[in-house]
Amino acid sequence: MIHGWLERNSILLLIGILLVVAVGGAVEITPLFWVNGTVEHINGMRPYTPLELEGRNIYTREGCYLCHSQQIRTLRDEVERYGHYSLAAESEYDHPFQWGSERTGPDLARVGAKYSDEWHRAHLADPRSVVPESIMPPYKFLAETPLDYRDIRAILEANSDVGVPYSKDQIAHAKEDLEAQGDPNAEGVGAFQKRYPKAQARDFDGNPNQITEADALIAYLQMLGTLVDFKTYQADAPENRR
Amino acid sequence: METWTFDEVLAFAQSWGAVYFTLMFVVVLIYAFWPKNQPGFQRAKNIPLDDEGA
Amino acid sequence: MQVQTETPWRLDHIIIPLILFLGFCAGMAEWARSPDWRMVVQGWTFAGCMAVIGAWYMWMYSGRVPDDESGPYCDTVVKAGVVAAMFWGIAGMLVGVIIALQLSFPNLFYFPDLAWTNFGRLRPLHTSAVIFAFGGNVLIATSFYVVQRTCKARLWGGSLPWFVFWGYNTFILLAGTGYLLGITQAREYAEPEWYADIWLTIVWVCYLLTFLGAIMKRKEPHIYVANWFYLAFIVTIAVLHIVNNLAMPVSLLGSKSYSLFSGVQDALIQWWYGHNAVGFFLTAGFLGIVYYFIPKRAQRPVYSYRLSIIHFWSLIFIYIWAGPHHLLFTALPEWVQTLGMTFSIILWMPSWGGMINGLMTLSGAWDKLRTDPVLRMLVVSVAFYGMATFEGPVMSIKTVNALSHYTNWTIGHVHSGALGWVGYVSFGAIYCLVPWLWKKKLYSNALVEWHFWISTLGIVLYITSMWVAGIMQGLMWRAYNDYGFLEYSFVEVVQAMHPYYIIRAIGGAMYLAGTLVMAFNLWRTVSNGAPEISLPKDMIAEPAQ
Repeated sequence: MIHGWLERNSILLLIGILLVVAVGGAVEITPLFWVNGTVEHINGMRPYTPLELEGRNIYTREGCYLCHSQQIRTLRDEVERYGHYSLAAESEYDHPFQWGSERTGPDLARVGAKYSDEWHRAHLADPRSVVPESIMPPYKFLAETPLDYRDIRAILEANSDVGVPYSKDQIAHAKEDLEAQGDPNAEGVGAFQKRYPKAQARDFDGNPNQITEADALIAYLQMLGTLVDFKTYQADAPENRR
Repeated sequence: METWTFDEVLAFAQSWGAVYFTLMFVVVLIYAFWPKNQPGFQRAKNIPLDDEGA
Repeated sequence: MQVQTETPWRLDHIIIPLILFLGFCAGMAEWARSPDWRMVVQGWTFAGCMAVIGAWYMWMYSGRVPDDESGPYCDTVVKAGVVAAMFWGIAGMLVGVIIALQLSFPNLFYFPDLAWTNFGRLRPLHTSAVIFAFGGNVLIATSFYVVQRTCKARLWGGSLPWFVFWGYNTFILLAGTGYLLGITQAREYAEPEWYADIWLTIVWVCYLLTFLGAIMKRKEPHIYVANWFYLAFIVTIAVLHIVNNLAMPVSLLGSKSYSLFSGVQDALIQWWYGHNAVGFFLTAGFLGIVYYFIPKRAQRPVYSYRLSIIHFWSLIFIYIWAGPHHLLFTALPEWVQTLGMTFSIILWMPSWGGMINGLMTLSGAWDKLRTDPVLRMLVVSVAFYGMATFEGPVMSIKTVNALSHYTNWTIGHVHSGALGWVGYVSFGAIYCLVPWLWKKKLYSNALVEWHFWISTLGIVLYITSMWVAGIMQGLMWRAYNDYGFLEYSFVEVVQAMHPYYIIRAIGGAMYLAGTLVMAFNLWRTVSNGAPEISLPKDMIAEPAQ
């Protein structure tokens, strides 16, 4: 009898478990890799600049995702509070995704350009100095810590390995681009903006003498959710209705 | 491999997933209720009580 | 000097020292060569662990036959697992209380100059310490105990179970210190970076081998159902861990890596992992405890063996689909959301099947709940399991989720499962195991009563405050005023949470206090408890003091 055979054979039990578990996962997950049905094509999306990517690394390092989501749901109050609901394409270069699971603090999917750099500097250093009721931890050390970007080129290469479409040119000039974005007086700003159209280059942390971790983090925060051109995005087009 | 569209993959996964799920459940039910298996289960049930504890 | 009589030459005595040596070299290489100071610290920590374990290994196995190889079962390693679980449990709960206080009193519990004390670094430390360090050691210890007893066979591989124990705790140490340094993959419940993930994979394969080896050598014709649950836990966690942690390191001499997947696909894979970490680590594994320890403690066989088989297969089959309920109303394609929601609701049935099976095991012996606080803890854990597995499907219904998602309701839900179910079933099992393993009578039943009532009150405070806070938060976020504008700013909602955060911190502190009482009780049991002369069932007959 097949059942008695199964129960007496530990290896078959193991295979049974594997089959049951693997099929469920595969049926649900694999279709998502037929990207055309999963991620819409929209104008404006580009990979992160080297400085933004370093900022994102600080965002993940400090565990910001544990209190802040980056995913506006398709609910009326969320759209009114935070802006257009998040599109799949907006996180297509996010390794890993940072949608989050809690809103101990507000959603940050479209926080870019909502506040000034000065506000971010003050808020990061001492959140309660600008929002007295805030319960966010202070990040004073960011503005005091020079950004370590020795491996920025390798970082872009690793992202390229997992599918982010960085060009050879962008990888080769990673270091110059990072410095140009954080220092508006640097020579390479023009070349940088040619490689990353519409990217903002300025001294984000208010300290022109060095590029700090605050420069990187604020550069990242200030571009969040600003890339998509919603004037040309058609939510009702069949390819955008999933 | 010939190329499949997203919708074809989806339809395949959804329909065969449901069939697989149902079959799986039926097999488990047959196994659990098969009369010949009952003495074995009765014995297995008492395994924790048979050992010497410590 | 060779005193061993069995075999002069053993594979485990070659392979394990070799792994430890290679691990030591890898750690030293990172220490000496990495340009990243965080990785230097991690390399040093890892090499240190390897050296200490290696020294212990030589002491333990050269020139004598250790206890674990002379008795019928490997029990010393189970003792070690129990001690480690208690240590990590207290540490993890303490960090939980600290971060709860940070959210209640940010001016007192944040230190602007100490980056490592911030919420974002401590929170993964809390979750990993209670789930993986406490829960993991409980699962390793109980699975080792149960599989040997129910198969009447020793764990496979000689010293391999000890490698699993030390290797797993090395992973915990590496991960925990890494979080404080700021090393993380930023994937919830899968924060450890690529090298720690590789190490865990090695350890986990050894865990599977030693466990499966015991089953294969068994003297019982049937594999007892508790072992099915443990096996499903071990196998599925391996699959989830490997797939979810696929990543490209920036450099072999650096800690940072980038996940292979991005965006939507990454989100689904992460929550397929995250949800099934709940399903297979925090549920299937601990159900293994239920199916052995409740019958054993109550001295009655499980209510229905047939039901336990149906429970097993339907639970593991249905759980695996439910992950997308973490991503409702997001950019995830609609059909996956609906699928996830549907299976989450179906999941209610096997969960309650299991609960009924556990509770009904007591039928005809309900009076034991009054006299045996340990059994009561085990049974109450099953009741909490029933509660949490009812709440879960409700929260996965889209209209409910629209309100509950992103709020403290989720935190409350998680903790009714974590504190009530996982915590209590673990405590119950440990209260059983310590007297059995050390062959001592439990020092005080009255202290178990104290533990039970302090922690139960703590749980009630915790989950009720989070329910109120969560629902309030959800309602305030979506409230509109008469003019059709959003009524509350975000920070007004934060402010409204303040009293509930304080109640939550008090509840958590009470739960921690209960665990400290338990640790004291166990310590007294081991250090100067009366020797146990009879079987545990006689102990149950004794009334509580």
